[in-house]
Amino acid sequence: MAERDKRCKIRITNLRKNFGELEVLKGISTEVTEGEVVVIIGPSGSGKSTFLRCINRLETFEGGQIVVDGVDIADHRTDINQLRERVGMVFQHFNLFANMNVLRNLTLAPVDLKKTTVSEAQDRALQMLRKVGLEDKILSYPAQLSGGQKQRVAIARALCMNPDIMLFDEPTSALDPEMVGEVLQVMKQLAADGMTMMIVTHEIGFAREVADRVLFMDDGRIVEEGTPEEIFTRPKEPRTIDFLNKVL
Amino acid sequence: MARIISGYGSLLLAAMGQTLLLALLGLVFASVLGMFFGLLSVVRNKACNVIAQIFVDVIRGVPLLVLAYFIFFGVPYAANNILHIPVTLSALQAGTICLALNCGAYMAEIIRAGIQSVDVGQMEAARSLGLPWWRAMQRVILPQAIRTMIPSIINQFIITLKDTSILSAIGFPELVNTAKNVVANTFMSFQTWGIVAVMYLIVITILSRVAKIVERRLSRGRER
Repeated sequence: MAERDKRCKIRITNLRKNFGELEVLKGISTEVTEGEVVVIIGPSGSGKSTFLRCINRLETFEGGQIVVDGVDIADHRTDINQLRERVGMVFQHFNLFANMNVLRNLTLAPVDLKKTTVSEAQDRALQMLRKVGLEDKILSYPAQLSGGQKQRVAIARALCMNPDIMLFDEPTSALDPEMVGEVLQVMKQLAADGMTMMIVTHEIGFAREVADRVLFMDDGRIVEEGTPEEIFTRPKEPRTIDFLNKVL
Repeated sequence: MARIISGYGSLLLAAMGQTLLLALLGLVFASVLGMFFGLLSVVRNKACNVIAQIFVDVIRGVPLLVLAYFIFFGVPYAANNILHIPVTLSALQAGTICLALNCGAYMAEIIRAGIQSVDVGQMEAARSLGLPWWRAMQRVILPQAIRTMIPSIINQFIITLKDTSILSAIGFPELVNTAKNVVANTFMSFQTWGIVAVMYLIVITILSRVAKIVERRLSRGRER
C-alpha cells in the first residue's frame, strides 16, 4: 500500500461494544491515513453508526483501542473535549442548535472554548458558509432552512472548529431526494480539499466516486474492505454480494 | 361586607402581604432546590439520579400539612431532646422550608422533564464540537428546555401561592389564619371567606397575566 508512508490518523484495534447483552461491535480493526476518505456501508443494525460514534467517544466501548492522532481516546488522561475539537461530526438529523441563528450555531463552540475572538470566529463562519453556498442564510434560524440547507450549515459548523478529521453519520438519510445532491457536493469538495473523512452512508454512487476505501460491515464486523472498485465490482464475500444485489 | 372591609380591610391586606412574603421566599428557595435536583436527575451518574429521585419521591409522598407539622414541631423537638442542640424555628422559617421542599420537588420534576424534552441530538452535537457537558447544558439545552418548562413552572408557582394557606396550621399569620380570627370576632364567615377568596383570585390572576407576558417574551422569534 502506497498509503502506508502517509501519517496514520485513526487506528482502531479490536473494537468491541455491547448494549447490555447485545454485542453490537465484535472486534473491529482498521486504520485511516491522513487525507483518506473511508466509506462504511452495510445493512441497518450492522453497527456502522455505533462504530463511527465510538471514534469521538459519543459511545463508550468495552474492549479494544481507538487511537486518534497518537492519542488513546479511552485513556482517562485524555481530554475528550480537546480531542473532539479536532474531530468534526455531522449527524443524520443535522442537530443544529434550534435556539440560535446560523451565525451563532457556527461561532458558539469556537468562541465559547476561547479558540478565537468573536470577530475571527464570525469571519471564519462567513467563510465556511460561503464554502457550503449559504452565506445569505447567516441570520436565519434552523427552522427556516430546508433539510439540505440544515445539513450544509451543520457541515460548516463542524468546519468552524478547524477539524482535521470529519465523521459523517448517514448525512443524507433524512433528506428529501432532491436535496441529497447539494450535500454530497459539499462533501465531495471537502474530500478534494484533502480532509480525512469517515462516512457512513447508503449512497453507493457517492461512495464509488469519492471513497479511497470502502468498508462493508455486517453483524458488528467488517466483512470486507477494499477500493470501491474491489467492493462494488468484484465483491468476494457472499454477504457483500447479497447486500449489493439488494441495494444496487 | 362593608363592615368587614372597613374594620378588617387593612388587617387582611397586611395578611396578604405575609402570604406573598411566604410564597416568595418559598419559591426562591424552591427554584434553587428544583434546579439542583432537576440537574442531578439528568447527569450521567446513577448515584446522583437516585438521590434526586428519592428526594422527589419522599417529598411528593408526604402531604404538605404533615411536612409542616414535622418541620415546625418534629424537627425542633428532636433537635432539642434527642440531639441536645437548641433549635427554634419561627413559623415563617418553618413555612419557607416546607414550601421550598414541597415546591422544589415538583420543580425538580418539571426541570427534569423539560431537559429531557430537548432532543438528545442537541447535546450530542454540542459535545461533538468539544463543549463540556455543563457548557452544552447552559448554552444549548437549558435555553430550549426553559421554553417548554415555563407554563408548568407558572402553574407550580400558583399552586405554591395557594399552598401557603395550609401553613395557617402552624400559626403563620398569613391570609387564612388572619381571616379565621376575623370570623371568630365577627361571626361573618360568608362575607369574610368571600373577601379572602376574591383577594386570592385577584393576586393569582395578576400573576398568571404577568406570566403569560413573560412566556410570550421568551418564545418570541424562535418558532420551530
